[in-house]
Amino acid sequence: MRTPVTERYPLAFRLYPYVKSPDQTAVTPIRHKVVVAGGGPVGLATALDLGLRGIPVLVCDDQEGVGLGSRAICFAKRTLEICDRLGAGGSMLAKGVQWNIGKVFHDNRLLYEFNLLPEDAHAFPAFINLQQPLFEKFLHEAIVKAQSQGAPIEIRGSNRIDAVVRHEDHVTIDVMTPDGPYVLEADWLVACDGARSPIRSMLGLGFDGRVFEDNFLIADVKMKADFPTERWFWFEPHFKSGDSALLHKQPDDIWRIDFQLGWNIDRQKELKPDNIRARVSAMLGPDVDYELDWCSIYTFQCRRMEKFRHGPVLFAGDSAHQVSPFGARGANSGVQDADNLGWKLALVVQGLAPDTLLDSYDSERVYGADENIANSTRATDFITPKSAISKLFRDAVLQLAETVPFARTVVNSGRLSMPCTYDGSPLNGPDVASFPARTRPGSPCPDAPIGADWLLRLLGGNFTLLAIDADVPTTFSACGIPLSVLSVSGRDNKALGERYLGNATSAVYLIRPDQHVAARFEHFDEEVVAAAVGRAVAKDVVDA
Amino acid sequence: MLETRPNFDRPDESYALLIKAHEGLSEAESHAMNARLILILMNQIGDHAVIAEALALARNVRAAT
Repeated sequence: MRTPVTERYPLAFRLYPYVKSPDQTAVTPIRHKVVVAGGGPVGLATALDLGLRGIPVLVCDDQEGVGLGSRAICFAKRTLEICDRLGAGGSMLAKGVQWNIGKVFHDNRLLYEFNLLPEDAHAFPAFINLQQPLFEKFLHEAIVKAQSQGAPIEIRGSNRIDAVVRHEDHVTIDVMTPDGPYVLEADWLVACDGARSPIRSMLGLGFDGRVFEDNFLIADVKMKADFPTERWFWFEPHFKSGDSALLHKQPDDIWRIDFQLGWNIDRQKELKPDNIRARVSAMLGPDVDYELDWCSIYTFQCRRMEKFRHGPVLFAGDSAHQVSPFGARGANSGVQDADNLGWKLALVVQGLAPDTLLDSYDSERVYGADENIANSTRATDFITPKSAISKLFRDAVLQLAETVPFARTVVNSGRLSMPCTYDGSPLNGPDVASFPARTRPGSPCPDAPIGADWLLRLLGGNFTLLAIDADVPTTFSACGIPLSVLSVSGRDNKALGERYLGNATSAVYLIRPDQHVAARFEHFDEEVVAAAVGRAVAKDVVDA
Repeated sequence: MLETRPNFDRPDESYALLIKAHEGLSEAESHAMNARLILILMNQIGDHAVIAEALALARNVRAAT
């Protein structure tokens, strides 16, 4: 007996109410090109990326919209750049709270402060704070807009995936709806179904890693406070509301407060509003008026699947990897998964690349996940020392940090999400060693102003030949893929020159559709560039 | 490359200074001071590979002899 589809959590926005699909009464199961499981940030970004590339994509979500609760709140520059390419960056930036300054306290002493973006000439700030439901709503708005312009994206609410059977070149999917079950087929299934991924369980796949023995209480409070728009982190705070605490501003006068509660707690008791209010009031002081907006207690794990690709099934976001929240590496890395997967899956579906290109999604994003797990594990070990000696050294660092500058570099309250550079990726082509290191093959392109516009906007989402004061043909294609050609000048453009030329006077870059550098050259040579395109789409032999 | 040959200016004086610096401290205070000292000296070395060698030597010195 199958269980009916139920609302698992209250919704912030009902965005895609259930509508019966003709697929449900089809005599034989309908085959789709790509099915995305889950309508969270990663599922929506994946669907949007594919749809904008003209790839038909169906999103199945067991709910009808975005769940309540702020959850992920810090979105990094790279995420905003990706969302901008997808058409949602502008509304996120307009609504989000921008911040660059972080302060770190021990007890009641300010240890030091940091500025996240000491570099100017970027379209997007280092970070914005935005409640996850709004982030998802803006992605959904971009989907609606893309649909109206013909992007083949469909979202089915209250469509719960109950079973997945893997075949060599497709999957069979059992879906439950308010009108009962039906069966779908898909050439490709992208599982963006979260940390508890039912699809991972259905396929009997493991999710190994480390559980951290600690509980964190999130209290989102609404108040008109005149705290500055900064990230404040306390180790062993003087207000005794936890072993560490974090204060962060969100839009609409909402403030995120995190308290570290330790391992052996009574969860029900800690979640009682009176007990939460006692902690918050101790922190904010007796005279601050506030309301509790949303509260939750979480524990966390750092773990990942061994492989993110299993034949026609691809895992992205929390279903593939989970990190501690310190460093804002959860949703941000998930959006990078979508960014990495979208163009590759599109080329494979279009028959322009072999399906082995998707193996590079696995290797590149496993590399990214490991980097995120290493960073967030180190932060967690610093915030919650696991042994007496570890605590001794942690406390020694905190003691030194107030007066001795070097110790501040070791204080770790979360190393904030930076985009991954795919060093050693099989897709990387030739390099010119004398060009700047930050734009070496595998790097995400740093932005730079180009006249009144921005480089990343001009790059868009196709393979691009970027010529900086270099001669290139006005049109070029390789391996059956037409490239965009962008010619710019590094003269009188300090940011572009520093980031892409170094001491050179000209350069040619091959940029991937996810705006990572594939290869770079001193001069344009048709054969050499074509070979690099071939390598970047996992083709060993370049088509004539 | 970790220096394992003698490198002290004045080995006896430096060692005596280390012992003297701990005078009058409780065991816990001494441990805390040692922790600060290690961090200060690690920063002085700076080179991650040298620090790694030093840590390996300190951990395995009994096995090595």
